[in-house]
Amino acid sequence: MIEMLGERFTYAVIIILMMVGLYALIATGNLVKRMVGLTIFQTSVFLLYISMGKVFGGAPPILPYYEIKNDSLDPTALYSNPLPHVLILTAIVVGVATLAMGLALVVRIREAYGTIEDDDIAEADYSLELEKGV
Amino acid sequence: MVDFTQVFDYVLMAMLLAIGVAVIRLKNLFAIVMLTGVYSLLSAAWFVSLDALDVGFTEAAVGAGVSTVLLLAAMLLTARDCDHVGAARHWAALAVTVAAGAALFYALPDMPIYGSGDTPANSGVGMDYMMRTGEELFIPNVVTAVLGSYRGFDTMGEVFVVFAAGVGVALLMGLGGGKRDEEDV
Repeated sequence: MIEMLGERFTYAVIIILMMVGLYALIATGNLVKRMVGLTIFQTSVFLLYISMGKVFGGAPPILPYYEIKNDSLDPTALYSNPLPHVLILTAIVVGVATLAMGLALVVRIREAYGTIEDDDIAEADYSLELEKGV
Repeated sequence: MVDFTQVFDYVLMAMLLAIGVAVIRLKNLFAIVMLTGVYSLLSAAWFVSLDALDVGFTEAAVGAGVSTVLLLAAMLLTARDCDHVGAARHWAALAVTVAAGAALFYALPDMPIYGSGDTPANSGVGMDYMMRTGEELFIPNVVTAVLGSYRGFDTMGEVFVVFAAGVGVALLMGLGGGKRDEEDV
């Protein structure tokens, strides 16, 4: 058990970071803070992916230019895995796009309701329905 | 044997955890947003330490830069403080978090050993890209080669997603202003 945890200590810490983000996401009624929690959760998931591609003793996945030029690439050279890096590069950019979209929705909600606390928004919706007599 | 960069990683982990807890406890939105920027910057440093140089650049520019600006703008247009969290919500969130965390920790023994090169994730297609880029594309940076050439269609899809999000934001916020100008002043 201790040995298992020792070999995967980084993952364990990243899981705790993910759960911190998840708690921040759920335990607030403020919509901007909820987007912040989502960002923290997301960044921690990126860390989980990147840490899985790490190889001890490996170099960053950039080939030496002179070896490519002279066609003398060393097949035994050790590199970290480039595939998680590619996936996460895409995910970071898409994450910012979704963050912008969510924040635009929050700003519109503020304009329509005058508040960004979800309890107050639910209450406003409820009293609106009472007025209509639904 | 613990090498020096590993110690550096542990320091970063401790700082990230402290910032996460601070974000949960703080009520001032400005402080929360700035700490999120710090969180992104620290994780960018960790990405560099994990050999992911391109991801580190992107996280520092996009995660710590653009995200923080977006969050600051949204904060200025909405509110400066957030309300106190009720006890019911706190315990509900804690229950969900503990359940999800327990499930993830249950799955932890199935994860590959950290830093080993012969795991399925590290010995498959990723290393294939590593071998073939030098012979086929002559681009030193393998991440760029995969992103722009081998998986170029995925990157094009990503551009479409960013475009769709941009159109969505423009439509939500109102392009020309019009009616909103009267309300905003």
